[in-house]
Amino acid sequence: MSKVEATDTAAAAAAPVEKRNTPLRLAVYAVSGALLLALPLFSGDFYINLASQILIAAIFALSLNLLVGYGGLSSLGHASFLGLSAYFAAWFFTRGGMDHTSSALIALFGTTVVAGLFGLIALRASGLGFLMITLALSQVLWGVAFRWSSVTNGDNGLSGLTRPMPFGLDINGADSFYWFSLVIFAVSFVLMAVFTESAFGSALRGTRDQPRRMAALGFDVWLIRWITFVYAGFWGAVAGLLYVYYHKYIHPTSLSITASAEGLLAVIAGGSGTLGGPVVGAALVMILKNYASAYVERWNMLLGLVFLFIVIFMPEGLVPGTKRLWKRFTGGGK
Amino acid sequence: MTTPALEIIDLNKNFGGLPATQNVSISVQPGERRLIIGPNGAGKTTLFNQITGDFFPTSGTIKLFGKEVTRLRPHKRAHMGLARTYQIITLFNKDTLVHNITLGLLGLRTTRWNMLRPLATYGDMRTEAIRVLGLVNLDHLADRPVTDISYGEKRRVEIAMALAQKPKVLLLDEPLAGLSAGERTNVKDLVASIPREVTVVMIEHDMDTALELAETVTLLHYGKVIVDGPHDAVVADEKTREVYLGH
Amino acid sequence: MQSGSNSTRTVLALLAILIVGAVSFSYIASIRSAQFAIVQTLNSLALGGLLFLLAAGFSLIFGLMRLANLTHGALFMLGAYIGANIMRSFEGVSLWAAMIGAGLLVAVMGGLLERFVLRRLSNNSLGQVLVTLGMSFIIADACLIIWGGDPIPVPTPPDLRSPIRAFGYAFPSYRLAVVVLAVVAAIALYLLLERTRLGAMIRAGVDDMQMARAVGIPVSKLFTAVFMLGAGVAGAAGVLGGPIMSAYPGLDADMLPLALIVVILGGVGSLFGAFVGSFIIGFIYTFGTALLPDLAYVILFLPMIVVIAFRPQGLFGRIAA
Repeated sequence: MSKVEATDTAAAAAAPVEKRNTPLRLAVYAVSGALLLALPLFSGDFYINLASQILIAAIFALSLNLLVGYGGLSSLGHASFLGLSAYFAAWFFTRGGMDHTSSALIALFGTTVVAGLFGLIALRASGLGFLMITLALSQVLWGVAFRWSSVTNGDNGLSGLTRPMPFGLDINGADSFYWFSLVIFAVSFVLMAVFTESAFGSALRGTRDQPRRMAALGFDVWLIRWITFVYAGFWGAVAGLLYVYYHKYIHPTSLSITASAEGLLAVIAGGSGTLGGPVVGAALVMILKNYASAYVERWNMLLGLVFLFIVIFMPEGLVPGTKRLWKRFTGGGK
Repeated sequence: MTTPALEIIDLNKNFGGLPATQNVSISVQPGERRLIIGPNGAGKTTLFNQITGDFFPTSGTIKLFGKEVTRLRPHKRAHMGLARTYQIITLFNKDTLVHNITLGLLGLRTTRWNMLRPLATYGDMRTEAIRVLGLVNLDHLADRPVTDISYGEKRRVEIAMALAQKPKVLLLDEPLAGLSAGERTNVKDLVASIPREVTVVMIEHDMDTALELAETVTLLHYGKVIVDGPHDAVVADEKTREVYLGH
Repeated sequence: MQSGSNSTRTVLALLAILIVGAVSFSYIASIRSAQFAIVQTLNSLALGGLLFLLAAGFSLIFGLMRLANLTHGALFMLGAYIGANIMRSFEGVSLWAAMIGAGLLVAVMGGLLERFVLRRLSNNSLGQVLVTLGMSFIIADACLIIWGGDPIPVPTPPDLRSPIRAFGYAFPSYRLAVVVLAVVAAIALYLLLERTRLGAMIRAGVDDMQMARAVGIPVSKLFTAVFMLGAGVAGAAGVLGGPIMSAYPGLDADMLPLALIVVILGGVGSLFGAFVGSFIIGFIYTFGTALLPDLAYVILFLPMIVVIAFRPQGLFGRIAA
């Protein structure tokens, strides 16, 4: 059994009966929402595009967090769903001759079905076994994307996809694509937040902390995990759609262990099992990747080092860590 | 004769060749208070784990109210009215007491599949959870996390979580373990106050207290039933003394 | 968790028949000529042997320390690079000497990683996995910095360059040597585990860690020793595989999933499982690649799914992963 060790204070912050909508919290939401909306008004294309990528990575990290943070299921193969959905959308549009709506629906539906199948296999185990199986499954997909070049175009990747026109709106510009991503992000954030707060979400957290007890209480632990796996796969697919519309291109590396690891790093770095954590973590990872790697040119090395740093020095993640410091600073909490 | 609440027929369990349960047959009538005793390693908790379905026996049959459940997964048995407590306290430590009990209520309700409404907004479940906490005199700590309460209080939450489910068969695994004398009396009174229609099977080491609660006693040793019968008969039996006093 | 011994045995037998059947089917289907069959069989056996060297260490480390060491593929690659470098820098050093040298170096690095990083996270198994993953990125990138992006060939020992001719067919001799070495290593590991004090301690630890601690086995030293052993064997295997696959960026990512599938198939902590699993995967992968180059990875998937479905602890595993 693997468990993410969280400190008591961090856990108390995530306690379910804590009063949710304090004025401070609402103010933080309002201000950050307004800032996010207005971002294109005061910044250049580079930062707007970076922000779009962060939003996409954040949806991906949030979906992975459902498994890692709330389900206690550490998946190292979540990029499968992002990549698969992107490949589906690109393939059915460029090779299958379908329109955007159909290819997007196929991508979402097909990926969710595959998530269901992968869940059936991976959830035969938990803990490290689950991690190894998800990793092996995703590597198999990656190998297929690389080798089956007659379909996937192999190492050259699939290109030629255009951006759709949702409700007749043109999202080819950096600004408009950003707003489009922001809307999708907001919807996914709210829906995933509702999921984790719901009765089902509470049951899910229960299966993370005491699976045996949950079974004895009448919860079907396996089914709860499987449903969560499928739901997380669906949101991974949503992230994949945005991803492929942003890049208009998809390559096997998007299915690789590095891609899965980036997602996991975002979750762990920000704080797993919290709502804001993966968003902050995704921003951190994308900023590092886009900005710092322009100077050091060694993204994998940097990724590895950040992994070591976070796991060794800040295992609880940035958001719970900062919350703890804030509470201590303001004398709140205990 | 009425259908037994719990019937175990010729149960065997091996762990890698080592027998942990050997030819165990036990029948418990509805409403009975059954005590299971035996030295450490006698296979008492292993027996409980097979009754709840945490693992399946190598051979043999387990029936709940006449229905065979031998290979049924644990949550299905819970829905048939089986509840248990753990010898090693197994609570949701980061959560509040009321949340712990609410999970116990939620487990048997279809609400557990609701993916939209926050658990905390179900007022009826909260009221019921606090009522159940009242049964174990912990309602005043309802909104404190489990980490804040004492060991003895945790033992009571263990029992409360099972009681919240209004079980027909309740398995108590050493409910008195590690308690002080005063707390023992508390928990003993609590167990004594469980409604008569509930069948109670209890593992306990504290013979003095436990024997008071029990009507029938089963003595296990090396995974086998040594003596089984009414309270007085088992206590008086020569073999009981052999096992406990080393003849 | 649940195991009725009779039904388990039936399922196991069915599984074995299924896998053997699938392997022999692909084998028969692929015989275009006897020479092709010989070469492909030896390729399969050689890959199986290399996979065994990789998977055995991974499996032992997992079984003993409950640690999924994701650097294992990177250590294999590092071994290959170091071996190639040794042979390039020092004229006349044989492959075997380079293999021992690289194995020792990688073992020392593994020991350092275990002592100074993983040890700090002994209560956090997810943290340990993430650290080994991070280390694998760092090692892979370091290899890229040091040795560049082009594959570095590892020369085949001169004596083993020409195939052995017998019965009118040619047998690639280096591949034969790899198989022989892997089998020798398997026997040595078996003897180490079954006949030595160290082995007895490892087995005790795999079966029941608390008991092992209680009877006074120096668990901490044991962890380091096993980690070094696993790392060293992986590094040496990288050199051994060098003449067949050479050292190239991405070798780690090619090997790790194969080793993972072997371990899932064979069962964690089981040397015999790693042995059987390695050769099954060696055959399936080699013949799959020859027959359906596009879908070789999908074929790998099938035995894994079957085993996970019916026997989550692996064919010969004693502990659930």
